[in-house]
Amino acid sequence: MPAKILEIHNLKREFRMGSETVRALKGVSFSVEAGEFVTIMGSSGSGKTTMLNILGCLDQPSDGDYLLDGVNVKQLSRNELARLRNRKIGFVFQSYNLLARTSALENTELPLLYNPGVSGKERQSRAVKALEAVKLGDRLHHLPNQLSGGQQQRVAIARALVNEPIMILADEATGNLDTRTSYEIMALLQELNQQGKTIVFVTHEPDIAAFSSRTVTLKDGKVVKDMKNPAVKSAKDALAALPVNDDY
Amino acid sequence: MNVLNLLQLAWRALLRNKLRAFLTMLGIIIGVGAVITMVAIGEGSKQSIRSQLSSMGSNMVTIRPSSNQTVGGGARLGASGLQTLKVTDAELLKKQATYLTAVSPAVSANGQVINSAKNWPTSIQGVSPEYLSIRDWKLKDGISFSDEDVKTSSKVCLLGQTVVDNIFDPGEDPIGKTIRFDKIPLKVIGVLEEKGENTFGQDQDDIILAPYTTVQKRILAIDFIQTIYASAIDENSSALATAEVTTLLRKAHKLQSGEDDDFTVRTQAELISTISSTSELLTVLLAAIAGISLVVGGIGIMNIMYVSVTERTKEIGLRMSIGARGLDILLQFLVEAILISITGGIIGVAFGLTASKLVSIFLSWPTLVSQSSIVLSFAVCAITGVFFGYYPAQKASRLDPIEALRYE
Repeated sequence: MPAKILEIHNLKREFRMGSETVRALKGVSFSVEAGEFVTIMGSSGSGKTTMLNILGCLDQPSDGDYLLDGVNVKQLSRNELARLRNRKIGFVFQSYNLLARTSALENTELPLLYNPGVSGKERQSRAVKALEAVKLGDRLHHLPNQLSGGQQQRVAIARALVNEPIMILADEATGNLDTRTSYEIMALLQELNQQGKTIVFVTHEPDIAAFSSRTVTLKDGKVVKDMKNPAVKSAKDALAALPVNDDY
Repeated sequence: MNVLNLLQLAWRALLRNKLRAFLTMLGIIIGVGAVITMVAIGEGSKQSIRSQLSSMGSNMVTIRPSSNQTVGGGARLGASGLQTLKVTDAELLKKQATYLTAVSPAVSANGQVINSAKNWPTSIQGVSPEYLSIRDWKLKDGISFSDEDVKTSSKVCLLGQTVVDNIFDPGEDPIGKTIRFDKIPLKVIGVLEEKGENTFGQDQDDIILAPYTTVQKRILAIDFIQTIYASAIDENSSALATAEVTTLLRKAHKLQSGEDDDFTVRTQAELISTISSTSELLTVLLAAIAGISLVVGGIGIMNIMYVSVTERTKEIGLRMSIGARGLDILLQFLVEAILISITGGIIGVAFGLTASKLVSIFLSWPTLVSQSSIVLSFAVCAITGVFFGYYPAQKASRLDPIEALRYE
């Protein structure tokens, strides 16, 4: 049986908004095993963003347990959370969040700067390797404004990969991209998944969820559906099926 | 993140906004430059006052007679009429005083100096050859008289420049000429270097120097002396020299312990310290004004760092989400602030040095750049960077990564 990357038990998160208490998560439980490609689906207001923040160790639950790689996140300090984000999680954001006027290589190196165990030399070689893995080996010194949206997102994925995290956490990572580029990104993520990377992908688009091996659906702060995808769509095939030229 | 990475990061952040970084530095540049220039001007004027004073012989100790007794019906005599100082006193001091290096008896007389058709009212000072070293006075031309001249009361003299100008035609060489002071003919053997006016506006060059024996015997016909000039071994030992002279002369004059001194001892040190402390105050005042501009510069840094933190909220959020700790963010912004202030400081030092130079060239004010003002203003601006950079950096480090990431 594969190791559990994350386990969530009866997770609750409440926010105080003045005198009102907003209960964003009302007792969520699920777990993700190594090598899975899980999408977390939900419309806005479902608690999806709160879930993502907790999964990404940016936020801590009010109640319940979140074990990331066997570590209970609830008891950790700010600094320990930062360390966890650095070593165990690779973030991919909707708006890429690359540093402007900073080359693809340096953007990719960024997480390693906060990992004192990595030397300058190693940092660069690992960043180059990560960029090659996302097929941007020929764009090392391009600045973000010289790259297309899909390429920028691939730099972001390289940045997520570079510290060899146990999980890639994507937040609407295809939300800013057109269909073709979205499929390209999904194809890349599927490829990484096949190489053994665990991927958690938060989205509200059902057709993106079709590419994952499992879908957890949230509604009003609760899990309403958690099912394995019987027929995982291949993003590569979907890409091939797209018309070659878009006609006006 | 090590120091090198931090520096690299900060340097790149500054280069990304060159004009803004420069304008922020400008406050520091002007501040540091002003401190260095102002202190240089203050120190320069202090130095020039000092050298003016020491042109009078800064180590000079002056001993004059003073009356300790009333003469005839309570009237007291002026110092020049008193006869308590003798040549033997000067000889005693020369032999026994350990804090004095040179001693010269002195007598002076006023009169008319005549060279053929020209004449000029001036004063003649009878001294020993050591007088020149006491007053730190050099000869422009000719030679000084010797101890032998003193012994033989020879009729030789040295002229001050003012006297030369008044009784000789321009271009005429006074050396070897014989002039008359009142009725006494004196041979000119040297001309004194120009000293200009002293601090009190008196023309120091309006004088004739001659052996004191010559003035005593041939002009005044007296056997006492009016003044003893001496040199203390250095400026700081003036007080010790004064005490020593007092002890020696009291003993020589056989004064009882209850009796007042029949002489007074004065040094230049008192005067110098008074005038120096005035210009010291000036320096402090100028430095304080300049220091304020340094603080204003620091506030400029703080302001820009706050703007920078707000502008880069999203970057901070991203850095935190990929594992930067609060401390990493704090250091990033702090190093940036320090880099601004130190770079500004370096440019400011260069600016201050140039400005001091220009002031002395174009305004011909004396300036003296002191190393301590460079070190101090540099240290202050580094501290300014830390102090004013800390709060914005701390603000950055305490941002909530979730909100920072969503910030637009």
